Amino acid sequence: MLELKRLNSGYGRAQVLFDFELRLGAGEVVALLGRNGAGKSTALKATMGLLPLFSGEILFNREKLQGLEPFRIARLGLGYVPEDRRIFTGLSVRENLEAGRQPPRAGAPRWTPEKLFELFPNLGRMRDRNGVSMSGGEQQMLAIARTLMGNPRALLLDEPFEGLAPVIVDAVAASIRELKREGLSVLLCEQNLRYARLVADRACIIEMGRICHTGSLAGLDSDPALRERYLSF
Amino acid sequence: MSWESILIQLLNGLAGASSLFLVAAGLSLIFGVTRIVNFAHGSLYMLGMYLAVWLSGRVGFWVAVPLAAVSVGLVGFFIEFFLLKKIYKAPELLQLLATFALALVIKDAALWAWGPEDMLGPRAPGFSGAVNIAGSAVPQYDLLLILLGPLVLVFLQLVLSKTRWGILVRAASEDREMAGALGVNQRWLFTGVFVLGALLAGLGGALQIPREPASLNVDLRVISDAFVVVVVGGLGSIPGAFLAALLIAEAKAFCTGLGYSEATLVIEFVIMAAVLVWRPWGLLGRAQAPAKNPGFAQAPAEFPARKVFIAGAVLLAVLALLPVAAGGYTLVLLTDMLVFALFATSLHFIMGPGGLYSFGHAAYFGIGAYAAGILVLNKITTMEFALALAPLAAGLGALLFGWFCVRLSGVYSAMLTLAFAQIAWSAAFQWNALTGGSNGMVGIWPAPWLASKTAYYYLTLILCAAAISFFWRAIHSPFGYALRAGRDSPQRADASGIDVRAVQWAAFTIAGLAAGVAGSLYAFSKGSISPESLGIQRSVDGLVMVMLGGIQTLTGPLWGAALFTWLQDATARNLDYWRAVTGMVILALVLLLPNGIGSFFQKKK
Repeated sequence: MLELKRLNSGYGRAQVLFDFELRLGAGEVVALLGRNGAGKSTALKATMGLLPLFSGEILFNREKLQGLEPFRIARLGLGYVPEDRRIFTGLSVRENLEAGRQPPRAGAPRWTPEKLFELFPNLGRMRDRNGVSMSGGEQQMLAIARTLMGNPRALLLDEPFEGLAPVIVDAVAASIRELKREGLSVLLCEQNLRYARLVADRACIIEMGRICHTGSLAGLDSDPALRERYLSF
Repeated sequence: MSWESILIQLLNGLAGASSLFLVAAGLSLIFGVTRIVNFAHGSLYMLGMYLAVWLSGRVGFWVAVPLAAVSVGLVGFFIEFFLLKKIYKAPELLQLLATFALALVIKDAALWAWGPEDMLGPRAPGFSGAVNIAGSAVPQYDLLLILLGPLVLVFLQLVLSKTRWGILVRAASEDREMAGALGVNQRWLFTGVFVLGALLAGLGGALQIPREPASLNVDLRVISDAFVVVVVGGLGSIPGAFLAALLIAEAKAFCTGLGYSEATLVIEFVIMAAVLVWRPWGLLGRAQAPAKNPGFAQAPAEFPARKVFIAGAVLLAVLALLPVAAGGYTLVLLTDMLVFALFATSLHFIMGPGGLYSFGHAAYFGIGAYAAGILVLNKITTMEFALALAPLAAGLGALLFGWFCVRLSGVYSAMLTLAFAQIAWSAAFQWNALTGGSNGMVGIWPAPWLASKTAYYYLTLILCAAAISFFWRAIHSPFGYALRAGRDSPQRADASGIDVRAVQWAAFTIAGLAAGVAGSLYAFSKGSISPESLGIQRSVDGLVMVMLGGIQTLTGPLWGAALFTWLQDATARNLDYWRAVTGMVILALVLLLPNGIGSFFQKKK
């Protein structure tokens, strides 16, 4: 589905990613784990074309993404939900969804506002509310829903659980599992192994801009030394 | 003075507000999405006027108006497609310069197509009569315009809230990058918004022709009015633009109705001051995020090496010895070069180290020149005292205007500097009793002991060299460090205990003072002044000098000013379209070196 090969990227002269490699299979949920500043968000932004690639190759359904503008990448069916959610605060919930709407895509689940309000019942209760007056959890749900309106084949989620109340974490996690059942592939960044365990099939650990471990979550659970070395807990 | 006449003025003001609203709304829309302040927006309005007058002679008024608006929209398409697309990622200053250059080109294009004379428009068929209101005749057409403003407002609001295009425009205005990541192709959004904005400006101009003739001065008057409106209403807010257009037009009409038409310039000012103190982002505006690509990434200015000082001393010695060899004509040219070197250096001081964009620096040059003239011609002081006092007047002007400018950042501040220069120009142009109006003032000669070209050259050399060295010293003083820190990272500078605004305000005032020195020296060297000395063209000249020399260099303004003055002296006389040529030069520089003219010149050195 998505294949990142030897990505080198960063901000201006400051390189963050060094020969970063990652594969996301069809229908798979992969957690990209790592500490603050390890390069998780950078990896997603570089994939989405929001940061320039110094070198490397990105394949998405056998199409090359490198060098494409973000809107082209989005139109190929790769959805992106940023860490800070970036809701359009001057727009209502409905209008936010409309801004994300793209034509239906063969081989990807087809979303409508009504279907999304079923997935996120909270949003259904505030269709005409402005983004500015929403809680963090509601904003996170809206951000995911907005991206789903583009009918993506795969999703990049940047720390979807950050700053959410535990009960909301469970709700968002349930939605992500639902997306997997619908056939979407998901790559999500996470600092917290506990949250990753809620949704992910597989984990990749990033440290100093390089992938240093790939394996099952169960494998991580049974290797405290690995956790100690690359994660904060 | 009666209530009836005030009422009539208020209705008149409402009619004027509609056209102004159309321009300001277009300006606001374009800025919202593209983050470019279109300095050429008043020029599009002017183009709408000319086209409508020209077309209505052929196809009749009611066909001409929409046709003119659509044609201006088409012009907007070409501007966006062939020019703006290339500079969306360029530093803010270059974007401003490019649209500003465009305004110069459009003005000369109109001059070429329609000549310098004002063109009277026809009356609107069907609306040429008057309605009796409170005993006075109010033109029917005014009532139509009064109705049209709110209609356009409602139409725009509907488009923005009910159509997919409008929703995408609002989304992109808030967060362009995110809209792109959701699959929105900004390119067509930008083009569409610019065309709509241009069309609105063209419509505003076309609708105005039964009320006033098309003239070449309209562009700058309208753009500075529109700038004041968007600053008061909040850049990016359409209802804000409407509210502010009404407020300003009505306040002005009220002054006129009371019989104080001179107060209209002041009232604009007072409203702006009140709004900026009370709501810095305008009545209905929201705080802007700092620009993504503000200035040039500037390397810290290094303290000049010893050899630079030696070179400076040699240059000064050569300049001091020149009168021995050079003739009168050369001395006059050299005097001009020195004056403009100081003018450019003072502008560079606020633009380079200060990071404040000034599109109206000539205001202070002009105030200095006029103050000198007024003091001497009215025999208030001797020439020597006038030369000492006149710059203080310019400094005072900069103190006043600067207070506003440093309160706003980036494009806002740039718009204000232009608006203030336009106000200063209008004052000089209209205040016949004091400034001689459009004729200017003549007979401003230096004292007898300075009357010879050589003596005056030495005076200019001493004053300009001293002032320029002062600026160079200031850049490397703690004050200069604070100024540069405030430019590079306002928040961090603030957190380090630097009062960024105060430092910028001081820099602005000092630069105004120095421009005043240049202006008064200029007045005495020429013996006369005209409103041109504080016109927009002079501000443009200053910008071109700074850009030519390279904004990142210390000595750049010197070479820029010398080269420009020489070029102008050698070629301007033979060129009918000097303005368009300067505009083209700026555009060429911006387009060919989009990542910084300064850096290019830096490397060359």
